[in-house]
Amino acid sequence: MSYQRVKFYQTGTFTVGNRLLDEADRTVQARMDRTNSLNSGHRACQGCGEALGARYALDAVMRATRNQLVAVNATGCLEVFSSPYPESAWQIPWLHSLFGNAPAVASGVAAALRAKGKTDIRVVAQGGDGATVDIGFGCLSGMFERNDDVLYICYDNEAYMNTGVQRSGSTPARAWTNTTQAVGTEPGNILGVGKNLPRIAMAHGIPYVATASVADLHDLEAKVTKSMSIRGARYIHIHVPCPLGWKSDPAQTIKVARLAVESGLFPLIEAEWGVVTDRTCIRQQIPVEQYLALQGRFKHLFNPRDEPSLASIQAMADGNIHLYNLVPTKPAMES
Amino acid sequence: MKQQVEGSQAVAQAVALCRPEVMACYPISPQTHIVETLSRKVKAGEIGNCQFLNVESEFGALSVLIGASAMGARTYTATTSQGLLFMAEAIYNAAGLGLPIVMTIANRALGAPINIWNDHSDSMAMRDAGWIQLYAEDNQEAVDLHIQAFRLAEELSCPVMVCMDGYILTHAFEAVDLPEQEQVDAYLPLFEPVQLLDPQDPVSIGAMVGPDAFAEVRYLAHHKHLQALEAIPRMSQEFQDMFHRTSGGLLKLYHTDDAETLLLALGSVNGTIKDAVDDLREEGWPVGSIQLCSYRPFPSQALRHVVHNAKRVVVIEKDLAVGQGGMVSSDVKMALRGLPTIVDTVIAGLGGRAISKASVIDTVKAACLEGLEEPHFLDLNWVAINRELTRQAEQRRSGPAPENLLREMGLSGGKTV
Repeated sequence: MSYQRVKFYQTGTFTVGNRLLDEADRTVQARMDRTNSLNSGHRACQGCGEALGARYALDAVMRATRNQLVAVNATGCLEVFSSPYPESAWQIPWLHSLFGNAPAVASGVAAALRAKGKTDIRVVAQGGDGATVDIGFGCLSGMFERNDDVLYICYDNEAYMNTGVQRSGSTPARAWTNTTQAVGTEPGNILGVGKNLPRIAMAHGIPYVATASVADLHDLEAKVTKSMSIRGARYIHIHVPCPLGWKSDPAQTIKVARLAVESGLFPLIEAEWGVVTDRTCIRQQIPVEQYLALQGRFKHLFNPRDEPSLASIQAMADGNIHLYNLVPTKPAMES
Repeated sequence: MKQQVEGSQAVAQAVALCRPEVMACYPISPQTHIVETLSRKVKAGEIGNCQFLNVESEFGALSVLIGASAMGARTYTATTSQGLLFMAEAIYNAAGLGLPIVMTIANRALGAPINIWNDHSDSMAMRDAGWIQLYAEDNQEAVDLHIQAFRLAEELSCPVMVCMDGYILTHAFEAVDLPEQEQVDAYLPLFEPVQLLDPQDPVSIGAMVGPDAFAEVRYLAHHKHLQALEAIPRMSQEFQDMFHRTSGGLLKLYHTDDAETLLLALGSVNGTIKDAVDDLREEGWPVGSIQLCSYRPFPSQALRHVVHNAKRVVVIEKDLAVGQGGMVSSDVKMALRGLPTIVDTVIAGLGGRAISKASVIDTVKAACLEGLEEPHFLDLNWVAINRELTRQAEQRRSGPAPENLLREMGLSGGKTV
């Protein structure tokens, strides 16, 4: 583990900010001097996981780089809700070019910094899952294989939300979207499709790959901070619920994200040079149904119950738990 | 110093003299020799601390430059044809963001059918993207236009394409006068960006603009091109003062003063056209020619001023607006509206078809004596076309037309139907 987990049993969560901790152990978000890189006043929906993820991640990068940061943004919700001209929620130098080129644009920023000898300034590129796993994938793979000094952050809300909830290569099995409608036989997104970008990133052999969740702020910040201690191509894939597209309660965003982790559907891992080096163990695996039932995009699985699909999704979670040994049997596998 | 050098090598040396800081490149013929040479120069440490990135696509190449330019670096790439189209989204984006990127276009046809030889279909497809487009007549001008292009781009904060005919120029060995580093340094000041990604002074670049201001932002892009109409001749003049040769400008004129018929073209075909003008004049035809060096911005006023006494302008263009005719001649007609001048469109040189002096002379005579159909296709094999049209009319599943045509023309094996 990249940090010592402290659980507060009063609330049962790893609550944001945790002011019960010693000051040194508090999150960046809990500090008075956080930079509010993505400032308040932007136009994200209630309960937007992506807005939280971006704020958490970029404030941690700012702290790690002593505010020497340039951010590049792909087209998408994050770009649109943060920058309707002439307003901007960004307190950092920020460049938006296109939907599919953020990794290449960031490579260019990094190259200019090398040319000018300003390597104290660091570069983060960010985009949603559509920008990352689909339309920008070529540029992302190029940035990885060149090992350009860029941290790329994917905020994965598992569909094209900005255009009104359409399927992406990251949309989970059986999920309703507007292009995987919950009608006909086998409603929702097809089973057995989609891509796992953290593993594809690992296959490039880049220095650092991690997954994180807005449900675990300490872990997210620790991974972002660690990534900034490394030079070269780095990739962090953050799971960010979207109440609009997932048809979940905006007040339940953190809970939904937490259940994705605790069910095993979204494993939290770290990898260096293509090898998994760490994972966050699950104290008690919850059935995937608990996670799915909170989201209207899966309601067709329950009325009537679609046992084969539920079993398939449970098998995916179990597969992740097996793959990363997320529920260690005794003796404990904590390294 | 004068050297006998390949066009691509000359351009690479000129670009190196401009001290680029970031180059991102992707191979595509006939542009590749340029970036190969630049990659060697960067690796050998001949271009300061310049960064050379081998990227995964042309779209990636221009995207890298967008980031680097916004970070304040002088940026360069080269492409052509399909590569330019693959960049298309970033082409518009770079112009919209007002980033002074310089790019060489080694002009080449667009497929299908795939064709690697020269015409202007590629850069013409991007003519309205907001980039300045300069077309070189020969390799000396290609060299000189690159030096002017960096200055023009950076003064206006507007990207510039320097277009040179693929193979005809890129692969031609000619005597080229390559300037000294001190001369180029004196002509081309350091890049001072108008917008910059700077942690000390954070700004948001590339924000969303709605209906309330979008038209005004677009007007400003147009206004830049209006400024370029003044800046291009000024920089050409200053270049002449410093380097003692004429290169660039909006138009270059050849025997236009007393001409009743003017030929107008872009790029290397102007050499052939000037030879045709000489021959026609010897026969007593009052003709002249205009090289359109700046296609975007389009120098309407300058052209109108040159043409106003002529009876006829014959536009010879290496592109085809399918379903319409000629792109350049449309712009010429727009520029000359209200004048009695006849404007003919001659579609020529597509996919590398040679434009011969004899064909140019015959076409000019035909235009003057009988008039031309609109548009006129130079040296088209009507026999083969009519046979293929007949085949298609008779047979629903007539197969791939290019292959049929090649058979008709006896250019490939297989049975002739």
